[in-house]
Amino acid sequence: MELNVNGKIVHLETEKDVPLLWVLRENLGLTGTKYGCGIAQCGACTIHLDGEAVRSCVTPVGDAAGKKIVTIEGLGAAGLHPVQRAWIEEDVVQCGYCQTGHIMTAAALLAKNPRPGDADIDKAMGGLICRCGTYERVRKAIHTAAALMEQGGAR
Amino acid sequence: MMELRETSRRDFLKTGTAIGGGLVIGLYLPVAGRLAEAVEDDRPKVKSFAPNAFLRINTDDTIAIIVGHSEMGQGVYTSLPMLVAEELEADWEKIRVESAPVDPIFNHAAFGSQMTGGSSSVWSSYDRLRQAGAMAKMMLLEAAAKGWQVAPASCTAEKGFVIHAASRRRLSFGQLAEAAAKLAPPTQVQLKDPKDYKIIGKPTKRLDSLDKVTGRAAFGLDVRLPGMLTAVIARPPVFGARLKGFDAAKAKALPGVKAVFAVNAGVAVVADGFWQARRGREALLINWDRGPQAQLSTARLREQFLALAKKPGAIAHRAGKPEEALATAVKRVEAVYEVPYLAHAPMEPLNCVVDLKSDSCQIWTGTQFQTSDRAAAARILGLAPEQVKIHTMFLGGGFGRRGNPAADFVSEGVEVAKALKAPVKVMWTREDDIRGGYYRPLSISTLAAGLDKEGRPVAWTNRIVVQSILAGTFLESQMVKQGIDATSVEGAADLPYAVPNIRVDLHSPRPGIPVLWWRSVGHSGNAFVTESFIDELAHAAGRDPFEYRRALLAKHPRHRKTLELAAEKAGWGKPLPKGVARGIAVHASFKSFVAQVAEVSVAKAGTVQVHRVVCAVDCGPVVNPATVEAQMQGGISFGLGAALSSAITFKDGAVEQSNFHDYEVLRLPEMPKVEVHIIASREEQGGIGEPGVPPIAPAVTNALFALTGKRIRRLPINPEELR
Repeated sequence: MELNVNGKIVHLETEKDVPLLWVLRENLGLTGTKYGCGIAQCGACTIHLDGEAVRSCVTPVGDAAGKKIVTIEGLGAAGLHPVQRAWIEEDVVQCGYCQTGHIMTAAALLAKNPRPGDADIDKAMGGLICRCGTYERVRKAIHTAAALMEQGGAR
Repeated sequence: MMELRETSRRDFLKTGTAIGGGLVIGLYLPVAGRLAEAVEDDRPKVKSFAPNAFLRINTDDTIAIIVGHSEMGQGVYTSLPMLVAEELEADWEKIRVESAPVDPIFNHAAFGSQMTGGSSSVWSSYDRLRQAGAMAKMMLLEAAAKGWQVAPASCTAEKGFVIHAASRRRLSFGQLAEAAAKLAPPTQVQLKDPKDYKIIGKPTKRLDSLDKVTGRAAFGLDVRLPGMLTAVIARPPVFGARLKGFDAAKAKALPGVKAVFAVNAGVAVVADGFWQARRGREALLINWDRGPQAQLSTARLREQFLALAKKPGAIAHRAGKPEEALATAVKRVEAVYEVPYLAHAPMEPLNCVVDLKSDSCQIWTGTQFQTSDRAAAARILGLAPEQVKIHTMFLGGGFGRRGNPAADFVSEGVEVAKALKAPVKVMWTREDDIRGGYYRPLSISTLAAGLDKEGRPVAWTNRIVVQSILAGTFLESQMVKQGIDATSVEGAADLPYAVPNIRVDLHSPRPGIPVLWWRSVGHSGNAFVTESFIDELAHAAGRDPFEYRRALLAKHPRHRKTLELAAEKAGWGKPLPKGVARGIAVHASFKSFVAQVAEVSVAKAGTVQVHRVVCAVDCGPVVNPATVEAQMQGGISFGLGAALSSAITFKDGAVEQSNFHDYEVLRLPEMPKVEVHIIASREEQGGIGEPGVPPIAPAVTNALFALTGKRIRRLPINPEELR
């Protein structure tokens, strides 16, 4: 199978029904994408598939073939993405495990809606879970990232 | 600086050798200055001065702080280095963090084993790590003075340099490392006057952010070794069930499945990767003897607990003559409270990577209990503890679940590796996590209070029925005294309110459900009970709940001050929009004092929205105010999610929940605005990871009473009660 991951074409042998999450983590060593629930309930495994935020734990790898896959490792490949910068600026992370999924979801939101309001953030981020409770700072960092992108931080 | 660390971490994952390689061995010894061999990463020319086990000053000016406590989100990889850096007069930009190996030198300074818990890392390390930094600074000063042939007292250290102002000379710490390494360590150090602190007490951003926002931070689940296989375990459907037999033919026929065998925890399925292992597990046919708890149900358990509550328990605290005072009181108030079993559900499911050789074993995991986990592994393998090496990875949340006296996830990892004879990662699925036990225990508290004619409480009795967390563990002898597990009654037996006649007693039934400390432990339920019941008394007395508490806290100034600050900042007593009400609670835990005022409303369906929480905290001298704020926000989120929606329940012996769709936790839209106010305090230093949790549930339910007149006495809050 051929996959386009973070701008590179990779070839690998795998069954088509294996969730993309495990192919990324185990076959390709891209461990920034996390397993949290396996049933699309927590968002820790969120990646971009043709620019859409997608739960890789329920996406068969076969469905990702021919599409552009971007993981957290690809998001900041050319220097930190404004969302990552905002995350550092607002000191968001605690244990950090779920944060890559939050960042990928926030980046997809901002790509479509450069100035999201709180209700937009609720809608986009409401499907994710952070057990450390970083939610307030997640919200704040999304606003900060929006401001950074407006100032020309967008890539 | 970060780049170097990341490279070495990746290398270590590839090769399976420890960060820093042979260097770490020297750090076992609290030895004086020695110049270590070159660090085993991509900086072959860098040498290090290791004045003690807690830091290394590298010739490239970077400083490695070796932290023995586990980073699980609570910020110790930032707050503990701050202690060293302050006394060292280090340049904060040069600080890097390494996780310590398991060694007695890294034992918890108060609790005597290497562990992280009880909101105690900062206060227990406060002296030791400041001394470690001060010791290194003295040696650097001496080295510089010697080289310049001046008196050490004429030199100063500042932001990574030693300076001789009179001759305008300066050398960086890195430049001085080799010379300092040749000196004898000082036997005494002078610590700084806190008024001169440049780092301690200043809001400081986390050191692990860059690794964590780029996905480079390595959690246990991210560890990969050459030739490593992945295992999942088919666990018993009911606690106490026994494996009678299994048929693995179908599982073994599936692609990628390598081995299937029985272990203590169940049946292990080993495969090339997680998906293959899990698919193999689904194909197993297992015959379980469901055992003595096959009929367990929450409904029956509650009946049993309520029946127990009718009989006197073991006395946890008694003062005055509570029975007589109750009988003669002008007014009597009674209530029964209940909180459920709860799963910790850290975002990173439990896991353990093991690489076993004939005379050594390496373990990679996120644990809160290094010493006891290592001992358990050594016992299983027939090795000495020193032959077992634990690499503490970043923990994807802990909340107590990763500090298990039973060493469950490490033991099973070692067992699987022992049977397999290949490097292996044993993983829990989320379903395993929700159903696999070690819950915060369900408790039922039966209370009665008597008021005098002014409405003051003259008697208070509280009978608690709750499983003991410590019974049957190696900690039982230390922490269970005369039938009282200290964690069962914490936050209940130490009632701060002035009540002359009091009795708190305890039943500790053993229904066979594995239980464990859950962020704030006994306080998590007991604060809900006591802070709700005191609210009931205030209302029964016709008094304002804030004023009522305040009047009863004359002898507890830290409680009172915190309470007053929260009330003041929340605008207690000032009008709110229609449909919104305030509730207040104050609770001390882990040597810190937290008061919260919650503003809530209720939608038509009975669902609760918490809009704002004003939180005041006195934790003594603060190291990192940014951490304090984050931990208060996080604690409120953790406690609020549980109060609003989380419960583990049993039916026909089995846990009824399985994943986040039915074990619900707080999500972003439900997160209130949290305002944290830290009291400038010179009182005894306390913890910060847990104390934010206990007050939130009662602050919310007290607000609900103010709003609706309905008293919530059972968690999670049932919206039907509020319709």
